[in-house]
Amino acid sequence: MSDDVVAPVATAAPATHEPPARDITDGGPDMVQFLDADGQPVALNEVNSPYAEYVDAIDDEQLRSLYRDLVLVRRVDAEGHALQRQGELGLWPSLLGQEAAQVGAGRAMRPQDYAFPGYREHGVAWCKGVDPINLLGMFRGVNHGGWDSNENNFHLYTIVIGNQMLHASGYAMGVQKDGMVGTGDPERDTAVMAFTGDGGTAQGDYNESLVFASVAHSPVVFFVQNNHWAISEPNDRQFTIPPYQRARGFGIPGVRVDGNDVLASLAVTQGALDRARSGGGPTLIEAFTYRMGAHTTSDDPTKYRIAAEVDIWKKKDPIDRLRKHLESKGLADQEWLEALDAEADELALRIRTACQQMPNPPHSEMFEKVYAEPHPLVEREREEFLAYQASFEEED
Amino acid sequence: MSASSGAAPQKMTIAKALNAGMRAAMEADSKVVLLGEDIGKLGGVFRITEGLQKDFGEDRVIDTPLAESGIMGTAVGLALRGYRPVVEIQFDGFVYPAFDQIISQVSKMHYRSQGHLKLPMVIRIPYGGGIGAVEHHSESNEAYFAHTAGLRVVTCSSAEDGYWMMQQAIASDDPVVFYEPKRRYHERGEVELGESAPHGLHDAVVRAEGSDVTLLAYGPMVKTAMIAAQSAEAEGTSIEVIDLRSLSPLDLPVILESVKKTGRAIVAHEAQTFLGMGAELAAMIQHESFYHLEAPVIRVGGYNIPYPPSRHEEVFLPDLDRVLDAVDRSLAY
Repeated sequence: MSDDVVAPVATAAPATHEPPARDITDGGPDMVQFLDADGQPVALNEVNSPYAEYVDAIDDEQLRSLYRDLVLVRRVDAEGHALQRQGELGLWPSLLGQEAAQVGAGRAMRPQDYAFPGYREHGVAWCKGVDPINLLGMFRGVNHGGWDSNENNFHLYTIVIGNQMLHASGYAMGVQKDGMVGTGDPERDTAVMAFTGDGGTAQGDYNESLVFASVAHSPVVFFVQNNHWAISEPNDRQFTIPPYQRARGFGIPGVRVDGNDVLASLAVTQGALDRARSGGGPTLIEAFTYRMGAHTTSDDPTKYRIAAEVDIWKKKDPIDRLRKHLESKGLADQEWLEALDAEADELALRIRTACQQMPNPPHSEMFEKVYAEPHPLVEREREEFLAYQASFEEED
Repeated sequence: MSASSGAAPQKMTIAKALNAGMRAAMEADSKVVLLGEDIGKLGGVFRITEGLQKDFGEDRVIDTPLAESGIMGTAVGLALRGYRPVVEIQFDGFVYPAFDQIISQVSKMHYRSQGHLKLPMVIRIPYGGGIGAVEHHSESNEAYFAHTAGLRVVTCSSAEDGYWMMQQAIASDDPVVFYEPKRRYHERGEVELGESAPHGLHDAVVRAEGSDVTLLAYGPMVKTAMIAAQSAEAEGTSIEVIDLRSLSPLDLPVILESVKKTGRAIVAHEAQTFLGMGAELAAMIQHESFYHLEAPVIRVGGYNIPYPPSRHEEVFLPDLDRVLDAVDRSLAY
């Protein structure tokens, strides 16, 4: 991506403007990386060295627990996908391939940090302590979100692309007003994270949220998972300048991180969150990653993308990469890996059983909580509905 | 509800009353914050927030970037953090960039969270025509929001209501769309600065008692309706004027009681009649009091065209003659 990109000038001659080459497999020299695709450490360089302290602080046990999170999150996702195929869920948006980006970001957050997700952030939910069973309700159609956002500081999934980005900027303004920034107390200082994909960066709300956060200097970290596809549209339909470079136009720093490298994702997010909590203002992180599956179970990626592209990214798999790293350090023997697989099997069984046993809500519940205070029309229609239902019982 | 107690009634404009209502709410609750374009030093283009930034600081009266969805979406975040944002949309026609946030997020947050999350916010919209403005500055888009479950929609027609309803809207745990009748901003009225509001936020109020026809109005049309009632009285027709005040929920018992008494109903509003508040009121009234009606419910409203250039607005907006014509038509049945 050249720095001197200019808009093409309209002329009478046929357009000769070539769109910039799509940056599909290589994050370029700006991308922060600590583990290469073979799980080998990447030498310190200009872009990753500012985050080296965070990686140095990761001990062997934390390394193993990061791997555990990646494996379990992938299993949660696989189970969600299977349950949809079995007719238990109406829809499932898979995070396959994005585990490291999400676990890195999620593990960087402290309990007081608040997350505003889209609808694919199963890995962040996991790290914030939301029971995966709670994620299924909305996809099964029994609720619009089965958890209390304030229990784990993880907001409900947001379906309209980009809406949640502004909620994050506003929440961060509230954090500032509460005086929970820059106090120096690690238990107190608070940041907010906003999650979206490359498609989300085209939305007005995304752009407005960057403006609001920038001018208010709010403690918010924008985490864009550039997974290269917005349903069937490649990311060159969303931008001609990658998100981390566009950040500069909003007056905030942008960092591109290898989203398939959990150590890099963790370190870069920790750096951005530390900056936000200490009063340094917002940061935009672009996690360069890939959506290995379909957008959701409703679409068919073979209609719009070539298998060779997917094959390239298979070799960058975030879980293989960390396993190789653990093995090279002698931290993952066969016994430990098998025990982890057994734990994943148990988790999958628990999710499947809970999903199948999830009761349908009583229909009268659909009238509840429309308003915080009583609303005569809703109450009247609820009574009419109940009377109508009761009339069938009388007939029986 | 707190207010300066023991004070004598004060004569003030609707604009000043709205300002005083916000001031009282801000004094009572430090979580109340105002957001909007130009609301700080300028006091808003209509000066409704005049002096509030000076007295409460830039931290509580926040001049925002010029981006309506941004104002609305950040207000959602502030409310989720425990604040009570009061958002100013500069003009009715400028609410559309924020429409998605209001419809998709503001209205549904309590429902989709099964009551775990509350969004106590007020969306202030100066609305309606009659001020000779350019396009997008004179619209009455209340039906969009009244149509949306999860929102409360209210409008004031007097200084007293401006003062009290603003405080009640801010105190509500639900999101409230608060329509301000901009061409009446400078109408003066008496405001009782007592301990409690004379009416509930969602009460309809009978402004003039009558026996022949019920005339339903709200916001800027209440004054027109009152003049109509006085004119008709001189000709021997008794009009009962009801100020709806609340568009969602509707105070149906007060409306129906009046219609059962008079047997006739006319709805007057500035908005286009097709699928407007008048359509809903007509449907509700015929459904609930069919056998009491002596005439069909008649709607007097804007025509089904975009709000026209202001040189047309004196005939686009329902005026005294069109309201009285509707009264005659109703009585002719």
